[in-house]
Amino acid sequence: MKQFAAFVKKEFRHILRDHWTMIILLVLPILMVILFGYGISTEVKNTRFAVLDPSRDVVTQGIVNKLATSEYFILGDYLTSESQIEQCFTHSNYGLVLVFGNRFGEQIMDPDGVQIQLIADGSDPNTASILTTYASSLISLYAKELSKEDEKALLISPQVKLLFNPSMKNSFNTVPGIMGVIIILICALMTSVSLTREKEHGTMEVLLVSPMRPFLIIFSKMIPYFCISLVNLSTILLLSHYMLGVPIVGSFGLVVLISLIYIFVSLALGLFISTVAEKQIVALLISGAGLMLPVVYLSGMMFPLESMPVALQWFANIIPAKWFIIAMRNVMIKGLGITSVLREIIILVGMGSLIVFASIKRFKIRLE
Amino acid sequence: MNVMLRYLLEKEIKQFVRNSFLPKMVVMLPLMAMLIFPLIANFEIKNINLCVVDHDRSIQSQKLIQKIQSSGYFRITDVAESYQRAMLQVESNNSDMLLEIPVAFGKDIEQGTSTNVLIAANAVNGVKGGLGSSYLTAILQNFSVDIATKIQLPKAMPQGAGFSIIPRFWFNPTLNYKMFMIPALMIMVLAIVSGFLPAMNIVGEKESGTIEQMNVTPVGRFQFILAKLIPYWLVGFIALSIAVLVSRWVYGFKPQGSIVTVYLFASMFMLAFSGFGLVISNYAKTMQQAIFMILFFLLTFIFLSGFYTPINNMPQWGQVLSNFSPFKFIIQSVRLVYLKGCGFADMLPQFFALCGFAVFFNGWAVLSYRKKS
Repeated sequence: MKQFAAFVKKEFRHILRDHWTMIILLVLPILMVILFGYGISTEVKNTRFAVLDPSRDVVTQGIVNKLATSEYFILGDYLTSESQIEQCFTHSNYGLVLVFGNRFGEQIMDPDGVQIQLIADGSDPNTASILTTYASSLISLYAKELSKEDEKALLISPQVKLLFNPSMKNSFNTVPGIMGVIIILICALMTSVSLTREKEHGTMEVLLVSPMRPFLIIFSKMIPYFCISLVNLSTILLLSHYMLGVPIVGSFGLVVLISLIYIFVSLALGLFISTVAEKQIVALLISGAGLMLPVVYLSGMMFPLESMPVALQWFANIIPAKWFIIAMRNVMIKGLGITSVLREIIILVGMGSLIVFASIKRFKIRLE
Repeated sequence: MNVMLRYLLEKEIKQFVRNSFLPKMVVMLPLMAMLIFPLIANFEIKNINLCVVDHDRSIQSQKLIQKIQSSGYFRITDVAESYQRAMLQVESNNSDMLLEIPVAFGKDIEQGTSTNVLIAANAVNGVKGGLGSSYLTAILQNFSVDIATKIQLPKAMPQGAGFSIIPRFWFNPTLNYKMFMIPALMIMVLAIVSGFLPAMNIVGEKESGTIEQMNVTPVGRFQFILAKLIPYWLVGFIALSIAVLVSRWVYGFKPQGSIVTVYLFASMFMLAFSGFGLVISNYAKTMQQAIFMILFFLLTFIFLSGFYTPINNMPQWGQVLSNFSPFKFIIQSVRLVYLKGCGFADMLPQFFALCGFAVFFNGWAVLSYRKKS
């Protein structure tokens, strides 16, 4: 035990001596949460739109007004010919062009009706379909006002309740994802050099001739980084709650418990990488570049997992971030209890134990 | 001058090739990334899981459920007995929405009396919840109009205002999400290869001590940095070509414009970002610090430069900041060439911006390299 405590003290000293790295480790999460929390938004707002309107009558003006006064659209230019439409998309960042037919207002009472074309920039399909949906609903609203349709004529009046996030705040969806990505990347990067650096600097030899068992060496390396991660976790939670306005509807203790398990898994992952890599650059590239792509794309942080092909959904199951993000969304945003996240907790604990076991197995007790 | 540069280049390339991992990464990363990741993203709101609570169980409510199912947007995952049961489904993510049909639904609508239904949507993903509810509401309204016409209710048809709204999607008529993702992925892969590797290079020499040997030679700062830059530029070329070939052969994704333009812009971007990597390498004391810095900047640049979320959505300060990111200009240019067939002349502002970044970062790299620490 005293040996173990001595090793832990040594590891702490190593970290504390390196001021710059400490500063980076503590400040980086703050910056990332702020930047991503405010910057990433899957909503679509303030899109510039242009209008091609040969009729210029009351009805068309009304429709244009309806769009311009909504929070989704900003009126840009009035075009004079169809040839200008392409320019809107290639040279300016218009998202939508509204095209009316001739003598629009007169023809709306015709039985055939008239057409409005919504030309959207399809290069971003997500934004394009959301924009056309918004524009269509705004135009339909205007049409209803125009025909003075009585609400009573509608037989079925739906009451819509938006659960868990009534004001549809974007941060509710993205912040658990951001937390998951930041924690795993920073923790894995922290520990991934731990053993590798010792190998490169030659101090591994000293460790190996000591009577310490491999699993104690590994644990002694995890502990100081675990403490740093605790500090990071608190700053991330504080920022998310007070600055980004994300609620913690469920039990705070549960949030912390899940985060601690996840931190443990991430640190273990980094340690496993450091048992595998012989050179620091390799360890850092695996945990930096190699981990970043799957975690960002396949964790459900940004791209909904349900929309992916089944094979990728299966692959996403081995990424710890996925389970963490599901659990966080359930507890933080939906306010559910421990029974709802039991599956995620068991999976994360299982992953952590497996990774630690694999690290201990791979730890070579002889220098090659 | 030239001789020194030649020898330095030879050294750099030899060191690169001797490292067993790096060449493999340069080939495998683009390959794997382009094979796997374009398949992921599909923001389409389809197959929304709906749980129905049908207190009525009449012919009319069955018809309504059928209509919802045949719309293609929804998948009826469950028919629950009560609101509470349905809520459990939503809470456990088995369903995304629930629809509650009241007891006298069928009777009421047959008689022309107005009736209420309840839609509750999981709005953690606000856009998904909002869109899902508006789709369902639209289907309900359609159904309502159908029934009203059948029983010939007065004021059933909207009077006049026969609009038909026709959406047209230019550059990507089928809204194929891959066409949006592939340029972004290519640039991301390029950025990883041309950013991470230079960032680790000089710091690696600092940690292994060989930088001191370099410092006592008469090699000038400019040649030193140039010799480090050129191999990574070549490496970036290789990575880009692999990505372009994979997207061409596997996804059939060809640029509408000229591929030469793509390479031109990408080269300028690589020069700029490698320079940035070298700057970080100059300031960092350990490799770990270097990679934290480059990772931070890479993630920040990627998320805040319009790769996946439009710049318009960001707050004002974010939009201003995005102008300081070379990523914004490269992703704009690559998308413009690939999807909209723009030529070099159309994108002069972006090219000049990238040139500016290249000069700035590489100049900074040269100036910040100190032989005496």
